[in-house]
Amino acid sequence: MKRKPESSWPEQIYRTLKTAGIRQVAYVPDAGHKRLIELCLADRELETIVLSTEEEGVGLTAGAWLGGARSALLMQSSGVGNCINALGMTRECRFPLLMLVTMRGQFGEFNPWQVPMGQATPGVLSALGVVVHEANAAAQIAPMVDAAARLAFGSYQAAAVLISQAVIGIKSFQEQASR
Amino acid sequence: MTTVLRRRQVVEILLEDRKDLLVVAGLGSTAWDITAAGDSPLNFPLWGAMGNAAMIGLGLALAQPARRVLVITGDGEMLMGLGSLATIGVRRPPNLSVVVIDNERYGETGMQATHTAAGADVATVALACGFRSARQLRRQGQLAKLRAAIHGARGPHFAQIKVRAEKLALVLPPRDGGLLKSRFRKALLGEAADLD
Repeated sequence: MKRKPESSWPEQIYRTLKTAGIRQVAYVPDAGHKRLIELCLADRELETIVLSTEEEGVGLTAGAWLGGARSALLMQSSGVGNCINALGMTRECRFPLLMLVTMRGQFGEFNPWQVPMGQATPGVLSALGVVVHEANAAAQIAPMVDAAARLAFGSYQAAAVLISQAVIGIKSFQEQASR
Repeated sequence: MTTVLRRRQVVEILLEDRKDLLVVAGLGSTAWDITAAGDSPLNFPLWGAMGNAAMIGLGLALAQPARRVLVITGDGEMLMGLGSLATIGVRRPPNLSVVVIDNERYGETGMQATHTAAGADVATVALACGFRSARQLRRQGQLAKLRAAIHGARGPHFAQIKVRAEKLALVLPPRDGGLLKSRFRKALLGEAADLD
């Protein structure tokens, strides 16, 4: 009997989001989240919202929760810096927030301009009270997304899963452009 | 052109007989304006997160497609989140309206001029971003039609209402963010909201 190929980590995240009852997915287009975004766009039960900047997603997810809907916010680490002031509202109001962050400026980065924000990402999130889960291997990602979703919606917390550049594996401009 | 409209009266007219309208207000004067018109658990007045009022409205409108959602915010707050008009223009929720109460000033910090004082026309921006209707209003006679659109016509709607620059008495809503969130959810979703 032929074994079914193991699903990829973006497919595992997608199924985890569905199981968690996520109804809105907001994102800024990102190479690391490309496959997950495609899966969400293909799902007619999900509201997908493309943002012009990541901080819009912090407001959007707050509004979704006020209206009774669970949501997830996808971004690259550079976008975390755009969210800082808005995350103050998340904390003061105890809004649940599930952030899935693909890391840059980290494991073998080739663009020096990505390094400062990438290196600051866990600290910036922690400073605003966001609970940080760091996934360094593909097998860790879906269980961490599941745990972060439970923390967010069960305990009214902001929670982020940082997906290491070691997993995403972009090593050059040429490779990024060809994706 | 002399601006004759007064912000508290404008907001009172828009919120008159509001039924089950859901209202988000930007921080500062517009939060005081909606409170002066009558505090309600279905108000979500912001005390921070400047630039995010319209996006909170979008998330709410998508989550509650059967309800009407009104964002009332100031010109300074809207300018800080101008990109959100483009984001709303992509989704075009028919139940969302965004109204900018435009006094051309940063009211909480000393009445300094905003970009709209120099002519920035955010209604034209909203129209170019894909809002179904977007207008700059200056006269009281135009408000009844806007109110009708907010409550029923297919949106998204946008209005930039020019008002007199005036300092008014503060009418403050509760400021505990957790309380504002919970009372809104309970009023909208019922007791079950606390068990979700």
